[in-house]
Amino acid sequence: MTERVATTLGLYPLPDWAKDELSDLKGHQKSDLVDGSEGPEVREAYGRVREELIDDQRAAGLDRVVEGQGRWDDWLAHPLAVHDGVETGGIVRYYDNNNFYRDPRVVDDLAVDGGDVAAELDAATGLLEDDEPLQAVLPGPYTLAQLATDEYYGDESEFLAAIAEFLAGEVAAFPEHETLFLLDPSLVTEPPADDANERVSDAVDTVAAATDADVVLQSYWGAHEEKTYAHLMDADVDAFGFDFVAGDRDTHLYNVTEYGTKDAVSLGLVDGQNTAVESPDTVAERIDWVTEQIPSQTFDTVYATPNTELAYLPVSTYREKLAVLGEAVELAAGTEVSA
Amino acid sequence: MARDAANREQFRPDDHEHDHFLLTSVVGSYPKPTWLNRADDLVDDPEASFDEADLEEAHDDACRLITEEHERTGLDTVVDGEMRRNEMVEFFAERIDGYEFNGPVKVWGHNYFHKPSVVEEVEYDEPWLVDEFEFTDAVAERPVKVPITGPYTLANWAFDEHYGDSEALAYDLADLVNEEIEKLVEAGARYIQIDEPALATTPDDHAIVGSCLERIVDGVPDEVRVGVHVCYGDYSRIYPELNEFPVDEVDLELCNDDYQQIDTLADGEFAPDLALGVVDVHDAEVESVEEIKQNIEQGLKVVPPEKLTVSPDCGLKLLPRDAAYRKTENLVTAAREVEAELDAGEIDVPVRGTPTADD
Repeated sequence: MTERVATTLGLYPLPDWAKDELSDLKGHQKSDLVDGSEGPEVREAYGRVREELIDDQRAAGLDRVVEGQGRWDDWLAHPLAVHDGVETGGIVRYYDNNNFYRDPRVVDDLAVDGGDVAAELDAATGLLEDDEPLQAVLPGPYTLAQLATDEYYGDESEFLAAIAEFLAGEVAAFPEHETLFLLDPSLVTEPPADDANERVSDAVDTVAAATDADVVLQSYWGAHEEKTYAHLMDADVDAFGFDFVAGDRDTHLYNVTEYGTKDAVSLGLVDGQNTAVESPDTVAERIDWVTEQIPSQTFDTVYATPNTELAYLPVSTYREKLAVLGEAVELAAGTEVSA
Repeated sequence: MARDAANREQFRPDDHEHDHFLLTSVVGSYPKPTWLNRADDLVDDPEASFDEADLEEAHDDACRLITEEHERTGLDTVVDGEMRRNEMVEFFAERIDGYEFNGPVKVWGHNYFHKPSVVEEVEYDEPWLVDEFEFTDAVAERPVKVPITGPYTLANWAFDEHYGDSEALAYDLADLVNEEIEKLVEAGARYIQIDEPALATTPDDHAIVGSCLERIVDGVPDEVRVGVHVCYGDYSRIYPELNEFPVDEVDLELCNDDYQQIDTLADGEFAPDLALGVVDVHDAEVESVEEIKQNIEQGLKVVPPEKLTVSPDCGLKLLPRDAAYRKTENLVTAAREVEAELDAGEIDVPVRGTPTADD
């Protein structure tokens, strides 16, 4: 029996009251963004944000609960932006979006600091009931390395390994969690060069080895190059996540058919960057359609997710999308995935 | 193909002192007076007696103030500082049928905009900018430039729920921009700037922007100067392709990274006029006249003086107002000094030494 799990990739939009309140408390300039040393008023406001984002997931009936990452001003670069060994530089474009983050310039040993994300998850755990499984979300090591500027290690492979160790340290400090999603869009937007593919797979292993939870490595805004995917198959993760909204579905299916995939799979089926709201029926059909295209495999778990983070959306639409995921998985539940 | 840009001479002031004429202009936005921001908030306050008519009067006052402020700097062409506009996409989406709003979304940090959704075919309803232009034109003694957010940006910085094809949406919007320009030209406008910052996010779409511009200039008389503004991008990905844009002028941000990209453009074949960014809009420190003169000379690597327009990198709205004023004033002074030195033959024009394909 395949378990279908409705969940998200985290990074939610701030509630509208929090957009106003936090911009008044923090300011609008790049030096005003979260750096890990927020004062009590700001922390308290983010506490209320966290509560609301968790309530949103409850209302939608999601099967995993994320912290929501309201504090992640710098998108997936956040874990470095708050690190003591990192100086944040100018504003740079976040992939091909009209969104920006501060360039994290790594100027010191990454092993000297950590725990920012663990503290968020501790706070989230305090808000959850026993039967509400926590899902942690981090950038994948390759993506985080791509988003950053290395001014300390001076060697690409050493830098990637240091980022992986840093992320593994974060994960080791996490409270109990059911699932860990590693978001790795750069794997498809800027695929590793030939000889780097093996190192990337090793870096993913380093992070995944730090937890007993199920680990999902999810990429988006495209499909993997064949070589990258072939190497990733060596990584010890429980599932790969594929973007079936912006990525080419035939390429995904080709990769999976040629190289296989893990015993679980994550499907980005709801558009995280468009206010058009999918119907739960359509999403339920897509879950079945994709799994039917992979007849060689019966999955233990199928995660149904948006294809991207959700902070691109207005709050009203984000909530509707959560509800669609919850309903779609309920609709699809009970129908065995055909082997 | 670039249009015939001989239309720049109409902007030479009657009392211009030099033979050379570097057209001075601005990209558009300017810091709002603080009282105007208060007025914008007050009109939403149900407790206040301040109503829409009061707000319109406040906008008129601000437009008059900033237009005159621009004239005091000595600019050859002026804008009202976009005092009536809230945000470059929102303002137009509110005026075009087919858009709706669902709430603010993040751009970066705590900077948000009300990113609209296209929910049905876009249609022209009422004029967008004709009243704004007529007011400013009546206030101004100098010619007025009209910035319009371009169709590619209006398409790409919105959620597309209807078209499923942002290219088709952009072309429909381009037809609407064309209709608006026709009305602006009837009202007397002679200088139009199409703002396409979204091209910097997806430079491979330059051909789509080119096709949009073809639609935009369709039927627009040659004496109307049409420019396109692009900023904060990798220009090697849109040059030399932008030579095919059917415009008189291409306005580029180049000062921000200290002209690192100038060589990309300096192949001697830059076809349209170049409107060169010579002051940084994200740094409140005011560049000296001497520094701006050196920046202007960077432009002479790309085009000769008769094809060079001098402008800030982008809209000035994020600067403190006194810095915006002094940057503009220094920009004009620097342009006039460079003109005098060109007249006297004291400045080299590197682009003249570049062999072209015709040689």
